[in-house]
Amino acid sequence: MSASIRPDSVYFFGTCLIDLFYPEAGLAGMELLRREGLKVVFPQKQTCCGQPARNNGHQDEARAVARLQLDAFPEDWPIVVPSGSCAGMMKTHYAELFENTPDHARAVAFSARVFELTEFLVDVLKVRLVDKGRPVTITWHPSCHSQREAKVVDQPKALLGQLANVTLVENPRETECCGFGGAFAVRQPEVSAAMVTDKVASIEATGASRVISGDCGCLMNITGAAEKSRKPFSGTHIAQFLMERCHGR
Amino acid sequence: MTDANASARDRILARLKSAPKRPAPPRPDWTPPAFGSERKARFKAMLEASHAEVHEVTDESWPERLLSILGNKGARTLLYAPATEAGRRLSDAWSDGGPALLAYDRSVEDLKEVLVHQADAALTTARGGIAQTGSLVLWPTPDEPRLMSLLPPIHVALVNEADLTDSLAETIRAQGWATAMPTNALLVSGPSKTADIEQTLAYGVHGPKELVVLLVGPEGARP
Amino acid sequence: MAAEARVSDFTGKAHVALNDPKLRANFRRAMDGLMTKRAAQFADPEEWATLRARGAAIRADALARLPELLERLEANLTRNGVTVHWAESTEEANAIVLGILREAGATRVIKGKSMVTEEMHLNAFLEANGVIPVESDLGEYIIQLAGEAPSHIVMPCIHMNKGEIAELFADKIEGLGYTENVDELTAAARRALRGRFADAQAGISGVNFAIAETGSLVLIENEGNGRLSTTLPPVHIAVTGIEKVIERLEDVAPLLSLLPRSATGQPITTYVNMISGPRKPGEKDGPREVHLVLLDNGRSKVYGDTQLADTLRCIRCAACMNHCPVYTRVGGHTYTFTYPGPIGKILTPQLEGLDCAGDQPHASTLCGACAEVCPVQIPIPDLLARLRTEAVKPSSDAVKGGGSSATLADSLGWAGWKALYSSPALYGLASRALGWFGNLMPASAPMLRTWTAVRTKPKFAAKSLHQLAREKGFSHD
Repeated sequence: MSASIRPDSVYFFGTCLIDLFYPEAGLAGMELLRREGLKVVFPQKQTCCGQPARNNGHQDEARAVARLQLDAFPEDWPIVVPSGSCAGMMKTHYAELFENTPDHARAVAFSARVFELTEFLVDVLKVRLVDKGRPVTITWHPSCHSQREAKVVDQPKALLGQLANVTLVENPRETECCGFGGAFAVRQPEVSAAMVTDKVASIEATGASRVISGDCGCLMNITGAAEKSRKPFSGTHIAQFLMERCHGR
Repeated sequence: MTDANASARDRILARLKSAPKRPAPPRPDWTPPAFGSERKARFKAMLEASHAEVHEVTDESWPERLLSILGNKGARTLLYAPATEAGRRLSDAWSDGGPALLAYDRSVEDLKEVLVHQADAALTTARGGIAQTGSLVLWPTPDEPRLMSLLPPIHVALVNEADLTDSLAETIRAQGWATAMPTNALLVSGPSKTADIEQTLAYGVHGPKELVVLLVGPEGARP
Repeated sequence: MAAEARVSDFTGKAHVALNDPKLRANFRRAMDGLMTKRAAQFADPEEWATLRARGAAIRADALARLPELLERLEANLTRNGVTVHWAESTEEANAIVLGILREAGATRVIKGKSMVTEEMHLNAFLEANGVIPVESDLGEYIIQLAGEAPSHIVMPCIHMNKGEIAELFADKIEGLGYTENVDELTAAARRALRGRFADAQAGISGVNFAIAETGSLVLIENEGNGRLSTTLPPVHIAVTGIEKVIERLEDVAPLLSLLPRSATGQPITTYVNMISGPRKPGEKDGPREVHLVLLDNGRSKVYGDTQLADTLRCIRCAACMNHCPVYTRVGGHTYTFTYPGPIGKILTPQLEGLDCAGDQPHASTLCGACAEVCPVQIPIPDLLARLRTEAVKPSSDAVKGGGSSATLADSLGWAGWKALYSSPALYGLASRALGWFGNLMPASAPMLRTWTAVRTKPKFAAKSLHQLAREKGFSHD
């Protein structure tokens, strides 16, 4: 799939975390695509990209779950994912996960169709946004996997930069991990706590009233810690934030 | 080599050789930097950034300049290599008021006290200079031994402007190092330093506290 | 000394480190400084990309031909007059070093910085055998005085601040009062160590690169102690891992352009010391004997797995630990063994076994900051994931202690996860149930308790995205 060709239809992969905890972020992502005139298909068979098992050493289980996703997205349409982490898993690890299995070629083709949401909005759809919201100061939190696996770095900021009433303040520790890391937060709770405490402090120091991110794992971690310590900022998924701005809420 | 040792070698190599073969990847292109007419300026700037002094001199004037530099630093003794061309020039031009000359003319075992405790400064030549990193290429010889550039608190190095190169890669290739390595070859890029205590730079922890580079320009050039 | 049996206790040691504000401040400050300096060195992304691709290829190429290059290295060093020794284990390497010292009648030894000798616990071994080893790198000297182990592979005493070092020096160096002036502290170390250099009957050093083509040992450093240790005493013993060999002399140029810039943000170290043999007839200084001890200690086993062998590309620059958000918070001693940080997390379990360091591959968020800065492109997060797999389901006997983390609870848990997430019907039921009842789980429930210690409880949505997508009219095929 060439990044320059604008398709008529796209698939949406909602991710397991969004499905259970942040469905409104997923819905916003789908609305962003629909308002660009695309047919957005959400296969009901989809579940999880398999990353939790893969990252914990359970390749067989990860492969079984990943195989379900290969089945769930049969047409040759782009698969848009509102998470850099899950997109990174599906883009960069499926080939190795299915190595020496009959599904390998299918997995490689699948990976090539995966786009992180902001990447798709900017690079393929070249969206133009009109900001209808009130002035607000925000900061951006890039997830580690969006930066370093999905290689999505500039696109979210390009979108936020289109919003006339949004002031984006850079967090000097922006690229540092928030300490979530899936099972890491449970296996090394104290190290994870130290990391998220520092992350929250660095966000607070920017003076922004909201932190925007493209990954709900980070958001669950960061907003959970910010709420617990009563920090004066809230966190929102970028899809939801963009929809809000477009509707003037 | 003992038998036990020979078998350790054989066992290690056997394990390595029995490992699955892997392809040797091709080396992607990489071009070391080139500085053109900026070469000398880069060399000086990099050395100075590393806390070295660079003085532009001529072939006639350098002994005199050295005398005044060492005078200003209060050096009482200067270690030199009497059998080198530079050593002869130095001793010929040296005046009675300058630091006392100490000759490195016998083996370290017979000169240890002088080297370790008495020499305030030493003069060596450099085979070349590398602009990219501001490095001197030292190539110690029987006449100009290794410790000269290491033990005294002040190291003075003479380098000819004509011997400056852009990069180490270029130098290794152009000078054919791969077939002619001496016992010890060195790159020196400043005085001895450490940042082991709270990342605070301190100079002269073990080697010279000061590095003075005398950059010898072409004849007739303004010093 | 018999090697003491040690087991990694990352969680316990992290707890201690995290509750030491001084230690945390020392690391944070140091790592911030090192990251800034490195970034300034690699400001040109294109230069960085081509240079590291070259560096990675040189190391990968050397590993692809490792046995052949080791034989060439040995032949050329021997031709140059260097004696080459091979050691399968650290015990063997220690015995070889002691044998050389005994042969030379040496009991006073000066040491340049060497992580491989730390891996061997050489100092303790020599002391137990009547040899006095004195560390001469300032950082190593400081921790030797303090009786500690290095907490960083490039800056061994980075966990200590000026005040702690000032107290230590006042206590241990005769005639020195308490001073926090770094120049005075440095000068005191110079004075204390000068005589030790002059007195030493042998010098021991590490090696940064061993060049097969010329039979040369390349050592880089800033202080001059490495040059002194390898030039002044009559015997020089270099110790290194078998993976440090590279093919050609010209390979040094790009690697040297990567190593100091990645490590400390310097364009080059003050000294690059290339040694190609002992003192030749007519030469006035330099050691009369040069030895190289090549240590295996598990490396040839690592080499046997083509994926894990990428671990051996490492040139020990420490950029991975400088950029690691975990290392920055817990410091080097939390890792128990010689090599801390991301490189330690992949190397230690392979050298020591997953049964005694199996917690280390999990002490990572897989954030990838390490791989991003690695000058030889070691895919550290992928190797961490691989080691996690080997710990629960070993693919072969690739890693010592493989399978040692497999428990019934773990395998049942993941079997359940798989059953749930590979069945759309079951998943649909479960997600509805969680939407209805999930939030009734108390914040103090066992799995939640660690999470809610510093965070609020996550809230299950009343309706899943699957449900909302249907309700909002999104097609499902």
